[in-house]
Amino acid sequence: MIEKDAFGFFVVLAAMTAVVYVTRIAGYWLIGRLVIGPRLRRMLDALPGSIIAATVVPTLVQGGPRAIVALSATALVMIVVRRDFFAVLAGVAVAAGAFAFGL
Amino acid sequence: MTSPETNPADTNPDKANPDTANPETARWTFAGFRRGALDVLPFVPGITGFAMAYGTVAARKGMTLFETLLMSATVFAGVVQMVVLDSWPETLTVASVAGILALTALVNARYIMIGATLRPLLGGEPARKVYPTLFFLVEPPWLMSLRYYSKGGRDPAHMLGGGVAMYVTWVTMAIPGFIAGASVGNPKQFGIDLVMPAFFVAMLVPLWRGPRRSYGLIVGGVAALATDFLFGGFWYLIVGTLAGCFAGVFNDD
Repeated sequence: MIEKDAFGFFVVLAAMTAVVYVTRIAGYWLIGRLVIGPRLRRMLDALPGSIIAATVVPTLVQGGPRAIVALSATALVMIVVRRDFFAVLAGVAVAAGAFAFGL
Repeated sequence: MTSPETNPADTNPDKANPDTANPETARWTFAGFRRGALDVLPFVPGITGFAMAYGTVAARKGMTLFETLLMSATVFAGVVQMVVLDSWPETLTVASVAGILALTALVNARYIMIGATLRPLLGGEPARKVYPTLFFLVEPPWLMSLRYYSKGGRDPAHMLGGGVAMYVTWVTMAIPGFIAGASVGNPKQFGIDLVMPAFFVAMLVPLWRGPRRSYGLIVGGVAALATDFLFGGFWYLIVGTLAGCFAGVFNDD
């Protein structure tokens, strides 16, 4: 367990900190050293949507009916009101309601 | 810190000067920092629940409170911390440490993509300010800063403010979780577990620009779902993001 090797724990922690920091700066650093042509620009434009879709779609499907109902409410409110705060609030409220109904 | 290029707005945000007088050119102001911190407030309940859960897991794993908070303050990556704690080896060998670090890099690989999107926003700023700011890079301030920039904001301190607000929340809220041990309530009861996915969905709505200009979004989602079904783990994020990214080449302008 962690307690038995306190020194090792701190060494691993330092290495993890370095690895995580490298992931945070690597993308920014790399892109600054590439020439951005039209293809690369289109790829970068598509990046935020790709990451967000890739993150949320499996959550949506694995979350079952509760997640589907709640996140549909979020999308609906967002399309109508265009205010993300209220969209998230609606989704969370529906999720809490769905839990109360045993979903 | 008296280098000649130091901007007075850095150290003395309240004093009137040409930079802060014009919001179009203001950089690294306290006003931008504060706005960034306020913009991530909707994420605080979700992060709090997650931090408390992490504190609970850390306590169960036999970590001291100091070790628990130190990990949050240095690594500052919730999923990494949870996954690594969960799979911490019985004895530390070269192989098991390499495994921990490979897992860390894999889980956090999505930040390579996230960081790439920041080059157009922060590319003109000095490296000595950008690289320390990137230590605080997490998803909520990233999302909020993309929105802030798309609405015409130009102060990079916005993302730093959001990042620091998330950092303080993440580190301190592990304390009640640690103390409470196993007694954290069910986050599903209040829908807290869906705050982050809901924000992602809300972000997707304005990113949708019709089917012929949203290939990245469609392919990214479908590829992630397929990979998740076939392989599980964290591969779906990397595969979905890369597939969406390459599909984006075919978007209409």
